[in-house]
Amino acid sequence: MQLKVLLFAAARDEMGCDSVEINVPEDAVASDVLLKLGELSPFMSQLVPYCRLAIDERYADSSASVQGAREVALIPPVSGG
Amino acid sequence: MERARHIDLVDEPIAVPTAAVLATWLGDHCDPDVGSIVWFFGVTRRNTGDRVTDTLFYEAHRPMARKSLDELAEQAIEKHSLRSVVIVHRLGEVPVGQASILVGCSSSHRSESFEALAWIMDELKRVVPIWKRECYADGRTEWVHPAEA
Repeated sequence: MQLKVLLFAAARDEMGCDSVEINVPEDAVASDVLLKLGELSPFMSQLVPYCRLAIDERYADSSASVQGAREVALIPPVSGG
Repeated sequence: MERARHIDLVDEPIAVPTAAVLATWLGDHCDPDVGSIVWFFGVTRRNTGDRVTDTLFYEAHRPMARKSLDELAEQAIEKHSLRSVVIVHRLGEVPVGQASILVGCSSSHRSESFEALAWIMDELKRVVPIWKRECYADGRTEWVHPAEA
């Protein structure tokens, strides 16, 4: 299935857009999505291992299913404050 | 008395809140059990080691950040017995000398609000989906993603 993933900060700058569409199996879980995102470019392969995935605005466990998610977002290491 | 909290993400400079602003944020009441009010402003600093910062630029996953800040405030109230919490984070460009964040805590005794403030800042830097990009005086820019180090 096609899955839209929101991008932020360095990931967005690297890909040049606010989101990407990736192809994942119907039973894909968060760790599968991260793996796919890491394959997008050499830079992403360096960044993604430090990122978390958010499903419907909550951090997801690596085994969480993305099926039926309203929103999936790649969350790079945060630096607010 | 109900514990009051005010959470906001703003695109304009953060000012020292006046009594009128506080009344808008937290309700127009005086909590007789408050014995301590502590305010913290996080400000853009010019020098970090040998690097000179011109300005910082902040972005957020806004709805998730708002939700996350709200949960943080709720946890701080419970964990540190606070009477009220204010967290205002500025997004967009924040030049040197200007505030990117304002956190305020009130409690019955000062130790609770001092401890809560430090705890809120540590947690915020760990979980809230907000990012800063350094814009250095030499023209270079760099997203700050701490876990990469």
